[in-house]
Amino acid sequence: MQLWLIPAFPLLGFLLNGIFGRRASKAFVNAVAVGAVLASFMWTLKTLGALWPLDEAHLERYFTWIQAGDVRIGFDLAVDRLSAVMLLVVTGVGLLIHIYSIGYMAHEGGYYRFFAYLNLFMFFMLTLVLAANFLLLFVGWEGVGLCSYLLIGFWFLKSSATNAANKAFIVNRVGDFGFSLGIYLIYTHFRSLDFGEVFDAVSRLPVEAGVGTLTAIGLLLLVGATGKSAQIPLYVWLPDAMEGPTPVSALIHAATMVTAGVYMVARCSVVYLHAPLAMEAVALIGLATAFFAATIGLTQFDIKKVFAYSTISQLGYMFLGAGVGAFGAAIYHLWTHAFFKALLFLGAGSVIHALGEQDLRRMGGLRAKTPITFWTLLAAALSISGVPLTAGFFSKDEILLAAYHHAPWMYWAGTLTAGLTAFYVFRAIFLAFFGAPRGWSYAHESPPVMTVPLVLLALLSLAGGFAPVSRWLAPMFPAGEGRHETLPVAISVAAGLAGIVVALLFYVARPGLADRVAARLGALYRLVYNKYFVDEIYQAAILRPVITGSENMLWRTVDVAWIDGAVNGIATRARAAGDVLRRIQSGDLRSYAAWVLLGSLALLLAIGLAGGGR
Amino acid sequence: MSEHLLSIVLFTPLAGMLILLLIPSGRTGLIRLWANIAGFAGFAVSLPLLWRFDKNASGFQLVERYEWIPSLGARYIVGIDGISLLLVMLTTLIGALAILSSWSAIQEKVKQYYAMFLLQQTGMLGVFLALDFFLFFVFWEVVLVPMYFIIGVWGGPRKLYAAIKFFLYTLAGSVLMLLGILTLYFQHFRQYGFYTFEIAELMKLDLPLGLQQWVFWAFFIGFAIKVPMFPFHTWLPDAHVEAPTAGSVILASILLKMGTYGFLRFSLPLLPKASIDPLIVKILVGLSLVAIIYGALVSLMQQDWKKLVAYSSVSHLGFCTLGIFALNPNGLAGSVIQQINHGISTGMLFLIVGIAYERRHTREIAEYGGLAHVMPKYATVFAIAMLSSAGLPLLNGFIGEFTILQGAFEANRVWAALAATGVILGAAYLLWLYQRTMLGQVTNPKNLHLPDLNLRELAVFLPLIAWALWIGVYPKPYFEVLEKPVTQIVERVRPDYFRKAPVPAAAPLEVLR
Repeated sequence: MQLWLIPAFPLLGFLLNGIFGRRASKAFVNAVAVGAVLASFMWTLKTLGALWPLDEAHLERYFTWIQAGDVRIGFDLAVDRLSAVMLLVVTGVGLLIHIYSIGYMAHEGGYYRFFAYLNLFMFFMLTLVLAANFLLLFVGWEGVGLCSYLLIGFWFLKSSATNAANKAFIVNRVGDFGFSLGIYLIYTHFRSLDFGEVFDAVSRLPVEAGVGTLTAIGLLLLVGATGKSAQIPLYVWLPDAMEGPTPVSALIHAATMVTAGVYMVARCSVVYLHAPLAMEAVALIGLATAFFAATIGLTQFDIKKVFAYSTISQLGYMFLGAGVGAFGAAIYHLWTHAFFKALLFLGAGSVIHALGEQDLRRMGGLRAKTPITFWTLLAAALSISGVPLTAGFFSKDEILLAAYHHAPWMYWAGTLTAGLTAFYVFRAIFLAFFGAPRGWSYAHESPPVMTVPLVLLALLSLAGGFAPVSRWLAPMFPAGEGRHETLPVAISVAAGLAGIVVALLFYVARPGLADRVAARLGALYRLVYNKYFVDEIYQAAILRPVITGSENMLWRTVDVAWIDGAVNGIATRARAAGDVLRRIQSGDLRSYAAWVLLGSLALLLAIGLAGGGR
Repeated sequence: MSEHLLSIVLFTPLAGMLILLLIPSGRTGLIRLWANIAGFAGFAVSLPLLWRFDKNASGFQLVERYEWIPSLGARYIVGIDGISLLLVMLTTLIGALAILSSWSAIQEKVKQYYAMFLLQQTGMLGVFLALDFFLFFVFWEVVLVPMYFIIGVWGGPRKLYAAIKFFLYTLAGSVLMLLGILTLYFQHFRQYGFYTFEIAELMKLDLPLGLQQWVFWAFFIGFAIKVPMFPFHTWLPDAHVEAPTAGSVILASILLKMGTYGFLRFSLPLLPKASIDPLIVKILVGLSLVAIIYGALVSLMQQDWKKLVAYSSVSHLGFCTLGIFALNPNGLAGSVIQQINHGISTGMLFLIVGIAYERRHTREIAEYGGLAHVMPKYATVFAIAMLSSAGLPLLNGFIGEFTILQGAFEANRVWAALAATGVILGAAYLLWLYQRTMLGQVTNPKNLHLPDLNLRELAVFLPLIAWALWIGVYPKPYFEVLEKPVTQIVERVRPDYFRKAPVPAAAPLEVLR
């Protein structure tokens, strides 16, 4: 089926734009970049059509990459139902965002560079999704991290952007530390990194066997996932990543790359099902992140930051779903989230494009000026709030229901989070589009090249839930589905609606109420507003000590003063001794010869004695 | 001719030097041209090795042997296996590129400079080709002299201090190594009744553990200083900072590999009992781990661009020695691949510093910033070098790191975990350096009109970038070339290693300790 063509098109696009784009026209750059993704999307559709209904995984082996002894690691690509979902999300949403970017980036410098990076990202993301072994997945994983770095720092003249880029890369490296150790553990135990072989071996294990190792593998992979998918404790890079152009936030930091961790956990579902402890950890981290990030989202004023914390929170839901055994629901939510969250970001981008402003406090009343943006964003907001029959409703409730059957308290915490989610999203909508303009005078709706993707994503956010993703994935994930119950669903829907109503009350019906509540909450509000000071804590507890310790202790003290001091000290002593010994230097050749002989003999004797003694 | 292939490879640079000496000193243009021709001839004559080498043959290939000093039992024996093949190719290519990179940087005593360079090429090749310990030692010492002059004559402000430190430090190491060699030499006479320095003969020695340990430590001093391993590394930053660009490139890319090569070629095969001795392994691995982490942390804080790269070498070479003393196939193969990788990526990083230095005559990181704006091609090349050094997949560094860490993990999980922190720190110091030099606004007006890479400069980088991609995307040939020699070393040090059946895939897993 030539699966390799799917990532190859964007790679070609990257090369063309990277090499010729600088001197080429914008039309050329657009044609190459969008054409590459379109080709990739079409080839995905053709492949999936040909393989339909994809009951079995389809594997293609190309060539051996690393051959170490008996272990072969190949450039092997595979597609099964799980990767099919991912492929559709990545190429489909990716295509829309590429098109949108033509409008959004029209006036930016480095136009070709932007599209080259975006294509490169598509290449690595598709490699990640299609990889048939852990190491090739890691290639994609690191590659998307690189593109994320390049695109966050796209405006490299701004130090805030380059700082954010570095932070993203390095925090992800911390996660990859765990991921790579997980890979070594898998390699060492299974003598293979091939998904098929490893998962076969795991599934043939008796239930109780190997729990320790599999738990360790599961936890190490989870460390990697918390980095890439911005979960506690490694989520800190994602809010800063909003320094990148908004289409990047939509594509990489909302719809696709950040879901790679969820994908990886789902891909390794067999391992997690054999390691209940690791699975519980996945659920707990997901739930904690979902709640924690949602609370921060309540208080932020930068529209992109609100949606960034929302992404962290929604990814938390996906981990919760996977952790309670509903892998299908987690991917289902990944699917719907890709639509509504990409839309939220692109809509925010449209607002930013209209105003040149991303602070919600300086927006207001945009509804009339940017109607398409407003209505499409409203669709996304309804979807993320889980309003019945929207896409978000189906996937979120499937996760919450699974959580309910796993542990009711998780369901309640998740439902509370659903309420918070609806509140902060509608808070942003109301602040931006309702009321009177606060400090802006001119705004315009975005051009069709931007609004058409918005409309398409709005349709998907509303109707995308009717694609029965989790049912389609069910054969892949042996854990059974929970029974359907109406009451928990009704409660979580009510929580979402309540969030919307409260937001309406705070920001439309009774403006000023929000400020009074915030003032009443005092210290608690400031704690949340300042994001619980997590960045500051990391700074003080990790970064500062490493930096000052390396500089003052390791470099200036240990290296320069001690080690090099000792070296130079020996040299000085040697010179002093040389002054004494110089007196032996008589100039008499025969006495030199005698010294040399004597010295050599003494050394040989010493060695002979020392060695011979054993 | 073809039966003398290795000798041709070995002496082509020397012949080039001798002809160079005939050119009058005043004709610098001709001297430059000839030196480059000789440099590339050195690379060209090494290319047939690629197809003459048989990856399926075990032992040494293309061996040439002649009597040299019969009274001592010293012979001229040269030969290659997969390990030396890769290092020889690295030497010939990097040597040629380093000569090319000197075109405009060196304006004084041009003739002597290139003569030293060509002499050094022969010296380094001799180290990797010699199969007679005496011959090896001669080449080992020969290398010292040209590098001493390259640093001491064409170096920076503190060139004499750095050159003398480099010379004395390495000399001290080689004296102890010589004692080790002589011990083996005399032991061989005691056991077999004749004197020889031939490696293959010395490998037949049956030495008690105690003696092996003594000799091991004597070798260790010599090799560890060269690598350099912590805490013998402090000559390196000084030497690098003061050396001219091409000198730094050769120093980092090739000279340091003489140390790791020494461990692989001599310490392990000749002293197998000592090499597997738990205490020795612990110390060597411990020093490697310290080098990885400590080198990276110190590198992080450097304010001198070149010093930063120098300390990063300490960290990277720590990976190489860790791989060696993991004492398993993955560790050893990874180590050799990483030695090549370090030659490529750190070579590029030093060339990059050199290009900035040639334009601005400063290495202070704070003097730069925003260069990506004025020198986009340069920034792109730097980005690729940085990513190759940071171990990004599909570039060379990843293959080496992955294989070494996998080998280390098989030996001891804690080692791998500690070493893997070096991967995080590696990204940190490189990205931070890149940010401070390349990104942001151009704050220093002196940087506003720097010319971007010219064609010659680009030509120096392109082969290295291509090589980095090749190893990253298709490293299989490298693993194939290394399989035999690595297996031999492992079998020699751990005779029962391959007798244990590998863990079958479906075996019940032991609980994690």
